[in-house]
Amino acid sequence: MRSSAVLTVACAAAFVLLWKAVVVVGGYPAFILPAPESVFARFVTAWADGRMAPHAVATLLEITLGFLIGGALGLVAGYALGKSALVARLISPYLVAAQATPILALAPVLALWFGPGLLGKVVIAALIVFFPIAVSAMVGIRSVDAGLLELGRSLRASPLQVLLTLEIPAALPSIFGGLRIGITLAVVGAVVGEWAGAERGLGVLVNIARGSLFDIPLMFATLATIALIGVALYLAVVLVERRLVRR
Amino acid sequence: MTAISAAGRIELRGLSVAFRRKGEDALVALDGVSLQVGNGEIVSLIGPNGCGKSTLLRAIAGLIHPDQGEVLLDDRLIVGPDARIGLVFQEPRLLPWRTVAGNVGYPLDLAGTSRRERDIRVADLLSRVGLTMAAGARPAQLSGGMRQRAALARALALEPEVLLLDEPFSALDALTRERFNVELLELWGRLRTTIIMVTHSIPEAIFLGDRVIVLSSRPGRIVADIPVDLPRPRSVEGLDEAVVSATARSIRAHLDEDAA
Repeated sequence: MRSSAVLTVACAAAFVLLWKAVVVVGGYPAFILPAPESVFARFVTAWADGRMAPHAVATLLEITLGFLIGGALGLVAGYALGKSALVARLISPYLVAAQATPILALAPVLALWFGPGLLGKVVIAALIVFFPIAVSAMVGIRSVDAGLLELGRSLRASPLQVLLTLEIPAALPSIFGGLRIGITLAVVGAVVGEWAGAERGLGVLVNIARGSLFDIPLMFATLATIALIGVALYLAVVLVERRLVRR
Repeated sequence: MTAISAAGRIELRGLSVAFRRKGEDALVALDGVSLQVGNGEIVSLIGPNGCGKSTLLRAIAGLIHPDQGEVLLDDRLIVGPDARIGLVFQEPRLLPWRTVAGNVGYPLDLAGTSRRERDIRVADLLSRVGLTMAAGARPAQLSGGMRQRAALARALALEPEVLLLDEPFSALDALTRERFNVELLELWGRLRTTIIMVTHSIPEAIFLGDRVIVLSSRPGRIVADIPVDLPRPRSVEGLDEAVVSATARSIRAHLDEDAA
């Protein structure tokens, strides 16, 4: 554990050093690739002077709501897909088509329908999150051992008991695979949604920093914030998984 | 746990089971099987592969609806899975995410037994099968024999009158298997549960059974009902070898007759 912590820090340090080396060796100006220390300084001031926080809160809210709504719908759909071959045959083409259409292409349409507020971003994030979670739930539900289902039947387990004591525990490892992918996609969905039109959010701040402010360190600091939110949420999913999934 | 159950009489009347397959003829697994098993009797079912032994057990367990005939337990028709019947499958079928204690208590959880009563019963069951020390272990940490012990304890959790065993020892090595047979008889000596057990092993069928039922190859029919004339309690060393070999010869003759 301790040696892996050391490795983690060393790896992060190596990344920052590599970044710095590219800036120095390449001789890039700050408006192309700012040095890590200037991005870090801008990161600190943007949080300190209250410029970053409202955007981060807006994006975090979009991600969270989109993930929860898209995830919940994905789990329900995945269960139906896993349990019924008919449902799978009828619905799968639409799911795949919706997933295959780039979210960048869909985002303007959804922005048009749902407006520039919170709702549109939540819809986009939920949509992008839905598919991997539905597929992982479907695969997980199908993975339940037939022998265990027969055992449940011989013990007169109700359908709800079968779901709670057999299907969900058996499907959890697969479902968490989907949740891990889903949470990172929720970040993508929220930011892409903000690009398509929004008043607030980290995606908006990236645009402002690049455009009217021409504050490239702020732009990178915003990107770092997005990345940190993604990493933090991913780790949160992993922690929940560790608590729930017994191997 | 009740010491001696006064019930557990199984009666099969003209049981027939066929599996219908798309575009093929129906597969007749069982054809007119009639059998009576008395309270606390141990009956071994033996027969060639695919003779419908497991199907017969599943029909008794209420997991399969027979096409013809009926199964009665204490004169009551079996129409579906029944708490009075405990089932041990060929594989342990333990829930990998539950501990041994959690698996043994699983039927009690499903039945809505109170937590306190459940814990007492589970502790009792674990001690009966010698798994007290392994209560907190996961199935993956156990040997094959210990897993099957846990499955046996689980099948006893609802205090069944009838225990159905579907080749429960087939995956175990010979020594473990022999010890298991002895333990099963000891357990039976205290519970007096009616036991119907499918086996591939003639010595095992004789050692455990009051009677050995020989089934024919598909479609499964009863070709012989051979009493085992050995006194109880039985032990591995104390068996009357003459009776054992005579019974084994008789079983083999019926199996061969069917194969011819």
